[in-house]
Amino acid sequence: MSTIPEEMRYTSSHEWVKLNDDGTVSVGITEHAQELLGDIVFVETPEIDTEFTAGEACCVVESVKAASDIYMPISGEVVDTNGELTDTPDIINSSPYDDGWIFKIKPANEDELEGLMDAQAYEDSIEE
Amino acid sequence: MSQHTILLDKHLQYGAKIVDFAGWQMPINYGSQMEEHKQVRTDAGMFDVSHMVVLDLEGGKVIDFLKYLLANDVSKITSSAGKALYSCMLNERGGVIDDLIVYYLNQQWFRMVVNAATREKDIAWIKQHAAAFDVSVKEGTSLAMIAVQGPNAIEKALSVMSADCKQVASGLKRFVGQPCGDWFIGRTGYTGEDGFEIMLPETEAATFWDKLAEAGVKPIGLGARDTLRLEAGMNLYGTDMDEQTSPLQAGLGWTIAMQDEREFIGREALAAEKAAGPVMKFVGLVLQGKGVLRGHQKVVIEDDAEGEITSGTFSPSMGVAIAMARVPAQTTDRVKVDMRGKLVDAKVVKMPFVRDGQVCVEV
Repeated sequence: MSTIPEEMRYTSSHEWVKLNDDGTVSVGITEHAQELLGDIVFVETPEIDTEFTAGEACCVVESVKAASDIYMPISGEVVDTNGELTDTPDIINSSPYDDGWIFKIKPANEDELEGLMDAQAYEDSIEE
Repeated sequence: MSQHTILLDKHLQYGAKIVDFAGWQMPINYGSQMEEHKQVRTDAGMFDVSHMVVLDLEGGKVIDFLKYLLANDVSKITSSAGKALYSCMLNERGGVIDDLIVYYLNQQWFRMVVNAATREKDIAWIKQHAAAFDVSVKEGTSLAMIAVQGPNAIEKALSVMSADCKQVASGLKRFVGQPCGDWFIGRTGYTGEDGFEIMLPETEAATFWDKLAEAGVKPIGLGARDTLRLEAGMNLYGTDMDEQTSPLQAGLGWTIAMQDEREFIGREALAAEKAAGPVMKFVGLVLQGKGVLRGHQKVVIEDDAEGEITSGTFSPSMGVAIAMARVPAQTTDRVKVDMRGKLVDAKVVKMPFVRDGQVCVEV
């Protein structure tokens, strides 16, 4: 079992969310999600400046096996996307929690983070 | 009911992720499908294909029987022992019951390999028609099957075979198979690379698997098997064609031998279809944008005519998405594919996409 980082929050659709020092929130997919998807070959990142509400499909991750929607974990406006993913989408496979981040948002309401799972709750949810 | 091959323990030992395939517990990958794909294109990989079905057909009239049963003509291979032939087995309507490989061994004996997913209906169909020709149909049991494929596959496989089998195997031309004791070695495959498909007693399979691994042949899962065969332009039964599909609309016209008057099951239907002219054709597609082509995506050409992708994937060798598609006969060199609501350009190409490690189409 891989270690699930304690400093992040998680969704039941396997996104992770991290609050950065500058107040933005990074979003990616979990180790478990990348393993389910297999080799990732293409990521369609969301447009910068677009606003999404929590639960909205905001981008697509495609692996050799399947296309998978990524859902916005909390409401907010996209402020940055990971340019590395254009040429090396497989960094999500090798480093899902770090180099493989997908986009950053400015949260509409930081308190929404509290509604997401912590590492323990997420670990329990995927072991079910 | 879930079955497994004699090599399941080996798959687990080599780190496989196991999935259900046609009722069999099979390895989908041993880590990375992409790396496994490249391993086969550049070096050597091995596949457990023991779930496939081996049938021995024997009898004095076995040649006549197979000339009637199969859409391809076994006369093409009866000139020398061991020659293999790829054929469709059709129903009366010209639909594909299964695709298969048949080896000519002697005037009374052919060995056939059919798909696992169609095992029961194939055997029932073959037996139903074999009776009139007094041909016996025996399923090879207690046999494992390992495919070793890639530019270095032959050299590496030969290095771990018994002296006898090595001698037999090293003399095989492409698309020929020969028995060696209770082993059977065919220089065939489903990847577009050179290599062997080896049938051997189950009791020897695990040891042979380990020896191949020691020789540097890496285990490859069903995931890479699918991307390799798609790049090689090889059809997958149940996906690219089935009982509702004519082989003429599945890119398999080259396997239909109708030059002479030979009577075979499905001939009348195909003759009528040919006379009426083609409605649909089977082509390769290369995506001109980002994303991955998938089975069942709609293909759109001018004047609103539509086709469908039968198999699609991301090609690890080409770095773009490719597909096989059944499209209207008037389709030219460009189409659009409906990818999750967006119409994306794709180029129509002649398959294979990749053969013997070389990309054969323009990206």
